[in-house]
Amino acid sequence: MMSTGPQMTRSDQTPGTSAAAKNAGRTVLQVSGLTTELRVEGGRIRAVDDVSFDLLAGETLGIVGESGCGKSMTALSIMGLLPRPIGTITSGSVVLEDVGDLALLSDAQMKAVRGDVVSMIFQEPMTSLNPVFTVGFQLCEAIQAHRPVSRQAARQKAIEMLDLVGIPLPELRFDNYPHQLSGGMRQRVMIAMALACQPKIMLADEPTTALDVTIQAQILKLMDRLKNETGTSIVIITHDLGVIARMAQRVLVMYAGVVVEEAKVHELFARPLHPYTVGLLKSIPSARHRSGPKKRLHTIRGVVPSLNALPRGCRYSDRCPDVHDRCHQSEPPLARPVEDEASQGERRVRCWLHCKQ
Amino acid sequence: MPSIPSSDAGPALMEVRGLRRHFSVDGGWFGQNPRALKAVDGVDFSIIKGESLGLVGESGCGKSTLGRNVVRLDTPTEGALLFEGTDIATLSASELRRFRREIQIIFQNPMSSLNPRMTVGNMLIEPLRLHSYGDRASCQRRVHELLELVGLKSEHYNRYPHEFSGGQRQRIGIARALALNPKLIVCDEPVSALDVSIQSQIINLLMDLQDELGLSYLFISHDLSVVEHMCDRVAVMYLGRIVEIAPTHELYSRRLHPYTRALLSAVLVPDPAVQADEIILEGGVPSPIDPPKGCHFSTRCPFAKDDCSASTPELVEQHPGHWVRCMRIDEIT
Repeated sequence: MMSTGPQMTRSDQTPGTSAAAKNAGRTVLQVSGLTTELRVEGGRIRAVDDVSFDLLAGETLGIVGESGCGKSMTALSIMGLLPRPIGTITSGSVVLEDVGDLALLSDAQMKAVRGDVVSMIFQEPMTSLNPVFTVGFQLCEAIQAHRPVSRQAARQKAIEMLDLVGIPLPELRFDNYPHQLSGGMRQRVMIAMALACQPKIMLADEPTTALDVTIQAQILKLMDRLKNETGTSIVIITHDLGVIARMAQRVLVMYAGVVVEEAKVHELFARPLHPYTVGLLKSIPSARHRSGPKKRLHTIRGVVPSLNALPRGCRYSDRCPDVHDRCHQSEPPLARPVEDEASQGERRVRCWLHCKQ
Repeated sequence: MPSIPSSDAGPALMEVRGLRRHFSVDGGWFGQNPRALKAVDGVDFSIIKGESLGLVGESGCGKSTLGRNVVRLDTPTEGALLFEGTDIATLSASELRRFRREIQIIFQNPMSSLNPRMTVGNMLIEPLRLHSYGDRASCQRRVHELLELVGLKSEHYNRYPHEFSGGQRQRIGIARALALNPKLIVCDEPVSALDVSIQSQIINLLMDLQDELGLSYLFISHDLSVVEHMCDRVAVMYLGRIVEIAPTHELYSRRLHPYTRALLSAVLVPDPAVQADEIILEGGVPSPIDPPKGCHFSTRCPFAKDDCSASTPELVEQHPGHWVRCMRIDEIT
């Protein structure tokens, strides 16, 4: 994912001064009304539809949803990595602190930002690393693309990063090719690369989905530790509610391109409001649900609708157990739930059952 | 013959004894020093009728190889596979024919295990014809019956795999496995590729079918929560060997082997209020080509001492039905 564009340095950026403590509560990324369309056979579909959220400094925000809900497309839109020419941001803004609206930047400008102020790690590190170059070379390339440093200094920094992400014998691993590393090691290299320029934000798209559970535990712990040490805000995108519960402070639940619920992680798990969130949480096999012998799991009927054939009104109406007339007539807004009317909480839900009107 | 881990709830349907599957890997100049990759390295267990035995472990531990050997898609290097008393480990292809209908398999990715150029109907009729199920009309009747059994509709008969969603494709894979009324089905990661809301539909289907048809499952998965939900007993594999096997509740509540403890502690609970008490293991799983000497887990085990790498521990019954392969088990519990 690292660009190898012309060396561009950003004068307004002083690396190495971010710390988790000093910037609590500051908004580093403000996404408003982000809408992304994809051109497909027979028309256009809205993969991301009016998505808004704030990301605070030093926070981990989770985005959870099933395949095709738009969670990865949201991340790619922010990073300016939409598949071209089929994907375009049609409206909305992605305002990054000290940089401005990323959606308006030119390719060259975005190249300078990507990997420096915002970076991203992906599910399968083997496909994101170049197999014909050593990991050290690729790390140095990423560093030198953004910082005017000598090869020797870049090498020093790269080894330091490999050490930081817990790779034993970093001087030796520097000269390894990606295939010589295990899956967990490769994901560590990706994280090292993503954090090499001390970005404000790291987007992690299913970072542990391809890994075994014991390796997943290592990587999640590493991400938490690095977040605390560097103050980088993290957006973690996953289908796994276990990962969300472990990592995130706030959560967005997405369904068919829209945000259906936003809440603090404790609120979401203790008292999910949207029927989709409720169904999703109940569908997970867990010892908590197992009283006595084998029990059937809760299921959500039907399948996720195709984005070019969404049901009328609420997008979840054809699968929702609590559906009523109004749901088929118009789509509910994402609004503060009627239950939280009195509080000044930031909780939002897109459901007529919890809507004031 | 030492006794082997089984449940005492009935006679064994499938008894696996001392199963080994070694692959030869090229080594040295033009492969002059071939080395053995011991994917399955001495496995014993049995499955009784109507039981689900879970098989868990991380990538490369040999669980899929073991599954393929149980179905005899692969031939074991050594050991016995006693299916209702007959050893099928060494049978030739023609001798195996009559056992094929009894033991079936469901794969992880239904898109790559279904023929994209065949309609669902033809795909399901094929095994019926191969095993002379009956005339054309009765075969077609059976296919419609199968479609209904797995929750698909009769009108799906003439459709191709690409016209279905992931969950529906897995239903087709299940229908195909059920076509000849098998007794044992090996489920190799059957829900790993599915979304949560679809995963629960397929798990329910597998459990309903088991009740209805009296099936036995060897349920291979890396998802420990799914296994806990589905299975009566669970075997934990590490580098080609079973390190612990016990009834599900017993295993999850009284985890004995250090590897099982670490594995189960790494399972993420979908509840932020639960403070994870993770045991973080160092490093990754060693290569099965040159596995550590003695106890395979000794290089990552927090309790390991010198003698752990000196000799291989045996699988020992610690509690009724609860078998563990660890020589320090008395010190660490």
